[in-house]
Amino acid sequence: MDAAAVTNIDLTTLITAVADTMAAHADELTALDQAIGDGDHGLNMKRGFEAVRAETATLAEKPLPEALKAIGTKLVMTVGGASGPLFGTLFMALGKELPAEPGRADFSAALAKAIDAVAARGKSQAGQKTMLDVLYPVQTAVAAGKTTPEVADIADQAAEATKPLKAIRGRASVLGDRSIGHMDPGARSSALITRAIAGTLEPRV
Amino acid sequence: MNNVGIVIVSHSLKIAEGTADMVRQMVGEEVPLAWCGGNPDGGLGTQVGAIMEAIEKAWSEAGVAILVDLGGAETNSEMAIEMIGEPRASRIVICNAPIVEGAVMAATEASGGASLKEVVATAHELAPA
Repeated sequence: MDAAAVTNIDLTTLITAVADTMAAHADELTALDQAIGDGDHGLNMKRGFEAVRAETATLAEKPLPEALKAIGTKLVMTVGGASGPLFGTLFMALGKELPAEPGRADFSAALAKAIDAVAARGKSQAGQKTMLDVLYPVQTAVAAGKTTPEVADIADQAAEATKPLKAIRGRASVLGDRSIGHMDPGARSSALITRAIAGTLEPRV
Repeated sequence: MNNVGIVIVSHSLKIAEGTADMVRQMVGEEVPLAWCGGNPDGGLGTQVGAIMEAIEKAWSEAGVAILVDLGGAETNSEMAIEMIGEPRASRIVICNAPIVEGAVMAATEASGGASLKEVVATAHELAPA
């Protein structure tokens, strides 16, 4: 197992990258959410990751699994809306599943379980125009040994591919067929987070 | 108080407050009652922390029934229950019922000393088939 690389995660850089992305794209996410949701996704995600950013120093001192759990809890408590428990669960479950010094195979396995936890939390599955439609392809790409730039591209393509889908879960499901043609905001933010994190890691972790 | 507590979780604080007013007027003071609504910025939404506080406020050893409005309220309530953890978690139930009617009916049932199971069943009868 290629154990070494993923342990070189610089949490401070990673948190900064994700929080910067959420701040930079808040208006875009809100616009996507206004089309098919209640229009608060951008602001909610920005608020959550700013709350995480405010605790970067404390988080960076923790072992990776503990830090991820703490990030997840912070998101649950600060994002508001259904995104809080969903993204919070992703990070909390990832922290719960990862060993202290994970290799890529550990990360891949933990990510799979964390995404299943998100699916359970949202009572959803792939193909329902949600963040899962990005997260599952990302996990498959990680498991297949893709480079981090490749994983980021796959995430973008997967978010784009939610446009023709009809929403079945979440607020957008009320719109039914009218949700078709719009990118899912949660899928977009999942792709943004993926690209931000991928950008802080070596191409071949 | 040993009657089942009622918690109202709406995206709108006004709806949560208004529903609580109706419960108080129609059912009285015999039921522990708490409510929350809105996001941290004062806009529409629900928050896990606020739901946990409301559960704490309405806590009864007989348990707590939660009435929610839209999807996020349910997801956030489930998360709040999980974070409260056992031994309390198994005595907190989210009702599948319309928020206003559900709250009034659940509180009516609770005011008579009904068990959590009975209170929840009464609310569930109001759910669309």
